Amino acid sequence: MELKTRVYAETGKQELLITREFDLPVELLFKAYVAPDIVEQWMGTKVLKLENKKHGSWNFETTDSKGNKHGFHGVIHEFSSNQKITRTFEMENSPFPAQLEFLEFDKLTANTSQLRMHIVYRSVALRDQMVQLPFAKGLTMAHNRLQAYFSR
Amino acid sequence: MNLRRNVFQAIADPTRRAILLLVASQAMTAGAIASNFGTSRPTVSKHLHILTECELLKQAQQGREIYYHLHAQNMKEIADFIEPFRKIWDDRFNKLEMIMKRHQLNE
Repeated sequence: MELKTRVYAETGKQELLITREFDLPVELLFKAYVAPDIVEQWMGTKVLKLENKKHGSWNFETTDSKGNKHGFHGVIHEFSSNQKITRTFEMENSPFPAQLEFLEFDKLTANTSQLRMHIVYRSVALRDQMVQLPFAKGLTMAHNRLQAYFSR
Repeated sequence: MNLRRNVFQAIADPTRRAILLLVASQAMTAGAIASNFGTSRPTVSKHLHILTECELLKQAQQGREIYYHLHAQNMKEIADFIEPFRKIWDDRFNKLEMIMKRHQLNE
């Protein structure tokens, strides 16, 4: 089966590419990135600020299961409707510095589209850490579940 | 020698995958790794040898003990390692697609 979402992370590079094909017209795909109420739904985040324009900035806030708030923010460098967004992304109160994101929205057919998300990190080591984070988290969760099971 | 093929052969074995998962959270000695498995110590040693040989694990001497570390450089080439990251984005994009399809119907 073809994977709809692909991640390309070449060894020794400080960047990665995520591509995804959608059964959606490109206008609707783009709207999911710029309409605050829709962003909130699929990203599971609160949109405090989202200025969809060159020199604009954005600020999101998520609340985890323990009630802790986590902020994310960045600035928008380039914005062209239904085509392209270039922005920075930074997790607040984290050791990770800002990353640069190039989002390209392409029309495939009238009802399908593709997103290319090119992310550049500060270093190779940081990219590797970001990619491996979910893997490490999965391990910790599996470990915690095991621990909970054995301490019953 | 085809390192890449060996890497994939190395992770085809479930015990070796489990060893990589264990060592991913922290560096461990062979004894500590073996204590997590029901198999004999020599069997675990054999797996450690294979994982080290195809450079998925690195040995580091600390005092009198030898610790096994993940060789992150090679590990990240393995799809299994990147899969949780891909899955997060896939889930997120599936949600986006679902929401926008509903949105399309209501328009």
